[in-house]
Amino acid sequence: MRLADTFALAWGTLAQQPRRTALIGLAMSIGVGAVVVLTALGEGARGYVLEQFASIGTNLIIVIPGRAETTGAAPGVLSGETTRDLTLEDADAVARIAWVAAVAPLNVGAAQITRGSLGREAVLLGSTAPLLSIRHMHLGLGHFLPPGPSDQATPVCVLGDKIRAELFGNANPLGGWVRIGDRRFRVIGTLAAQGQQMGFNTDEAVVIPVAAAQQLFNTPSLFRILIEARGRAAVPRVKAETLALLKLRHEGEEDVTVITQDAVLATFDRILTALTLAVGGIAAISLGVAGVLIMNVMLVSVAQRRAEIGLLKALGASAHNVRALFLVEAGLIATLGAAGGVALGLAASFVLGRVYPQLPIVPPLWAVAAAVATAILAGLLFAWLPARRAARLDAALSLTRR
Amino acid sequence: MIQLDQASRTFQVGDQQVLALREVSLSIAAGEYIAIMGPSGSGKSTLLNLLGLLDRPSGGRYSLDGRDVTGLNEAESARVRRDKIGFVFQFFHLVPRLDAAANVALPLVLAGIAPAERKQRVAQLLADVGLSERADHLPSQLSGGQLQRVAIARAMSMHPALLLADEPTGNLDRATGREVMGVLEGLNQRGATLIVITHDQEIGARARRRIGMEDGRVISDTAT
Ligand SMILES: Nc1ncnc2c1ncn2[C@@H]1O[C@H](COP(=O)(O)OP(=O)(O)O)[C@@H](O)[C@H]1O
Ligand SMILES: [Mg+2]
Repeated sequence: MRLADTFALAWGTLAQQPRRTALIGLAMSIGVGAVVVLTALGEGARGYVLEQFASIGTNLIIVIPGRAETTGAAPGVLSGETTRDLTLEDADAVARIAWVAAVAPLNVGAAQITRGSLGREAVLLGSTAPLLSIRHMHLGLGHFLPPGPSDQATPVCVLGDKIRAELFGNANPLGGWVRIGDRRFRVIGTLAAQGQQMGFNTDEAVVIPVAAAQQLFNTPSLFRILIEARGRAAVPRVKAETLALLKLRHEGEEDVTVITQDAVLATFDRILTALTLAVGGIAAISLGVAGVLIMNVMLVSVAQRRAEIGLLKALGASAHNVRALFLVEAGLIATLGAAGGVALGLAASFVLGRVYPQLPIVPPLWAVAAAVATAILAGLLFAWLPARRAARLDAALSLTRR
Repeated sequence: MIQLDQASRTFQVGDQQVLALREVSLSIAAGEYIAIMGPSGSGKSTLLNLLGLLDRPSGGRYSLDGRDVTGLNEAESARVRRDKIGFVFQFFHLVPRLDAAANVALPLVLAGIAPAERKQRVAQLLADVGLSERADHLPSQLSGGQLQRVAIARAMSMHPALLLADEPTGNLDRATGREVMGVLEGLNQRGATLIVITHDQEIGARARRRIGMEDGRVISDTAT
């Protein structure tokens, strides 16, 4: 029997009962659609998180004072251990390591910033010129911190967009003076509005030279050293060398923690991928349910079509031919259902993408392919029993009206 | 052509053995026209199903065209049915959703014959039974006699050497029955071996050989 004829005969039977065909197809569609839209959501969430990480800088290595002895404990707050401070000299030394693209020392604190009668609390970032590029910040007006030796406490500052708006309104802030703590700083630039990134809002920050921040906070130490490696491949190497260098500089004591963005990112990536797989898998269960429906309907169909099956056998159809007919029938329904499901899933993903524009909701190709394959496989698998029953029908018995 | 050696067939019904056929031996030559007659339940259909390879004997041997077909597997017997045997049934057994032409074409489809050739052969077959104008009619649009003629055209589509008809006129009025028998006899005259189960004495009289059955046994076998 020709394949095309098998398909034509099977299709004829399906077309004969459009409602039955449509209902089973719909069950399959819902299953496939659910898989598609749920994995799209999961992938969207993953994409969102990865994007957030990328927004704070790429190939980023962060040095934190103190040793994380056990995972989970916050570094630097371990009691009973004297930790050496991270210093500006440490940062300068790190900058000389090979494969380091840029280094920015960082001090963070809260301070009152005032201009005339206007004032407010701001997050003060003490750093150096490379911070702009390392942290992927965007400049609004003027210049960022001037390059130069990191120990120069030049009284200049760069304002976050919200601070600028509150202190200067529509006036030009460049060249203006503000008071931070007991010192006066000249505004040399502003940051473009960026909003929240990984829980930190640069709009409410003020950036000043790290040496000035150390004087303001009266501390010789650093909060962090941010390092950007030359490319992703260099990250592990830079990390190792940084650790070795700082150990050397700290009298052989390994008293800093170096975290790479890659490691954190990989963890998030794993968690979110697992989550996507989980919801996709749960949705795929509905494909099994649709499969059971196919089996049930096909069993009824075999019982109803006994005479036709007997006739086909009398006309020379082998058991193999009969089985193929029923399997193709189930396969056709499942394929139609899967196609409908993909359309349904894509439509739902599109709508969700409109509702949550910040999430990059696009169904992953692997999920679409897996859902379609699972649907067709489930259809064929569950049709196996009915098809086998049809193939084994006793032709003589099926043809007599007993 | 047909050699049946002490063929028997038992059916298990509950915990009872029903002996539908008791050691029947038959020899049939190519081109014969045979009427099988006997009371209901005497084993006529069981015998015909065995001859048509729709069923297997519980004991004995069957050889067809000089080949022992007793132990053929499912696929092989399907092939023999397709290539050598045509069936005509009391209840026509046309597929309701297929038109006359498509019903006639079914054995050709199962045999994997190309659509173009199928079309040609179906047109000829329908012309042979005088139904060329009804090619695109559904079974529900045809009369009993027309349905049986479509079924005969279908049975003949693979040019089988053996034509088996189980009460082909059982569902038709006398005049239509005669017409249908005329078509079958015409095929016999062109060389097909024709075996007909019938309760109709008139048809029995027209056959050249009559086999009488009772209680699973052949009780008479007369030729004219
Ligand atoms: N599939 C079957 N299962 C059980 N008994 C059967 C079956 N087929 C036939 N029989 C029994 O075998 C006997 C012969 O049946 P059958 O050949 O159909 O008779 P006929 O065609 O002469 O009326 C009957 O008693 C019938 O009940
Ligand atoms: Mg009978």
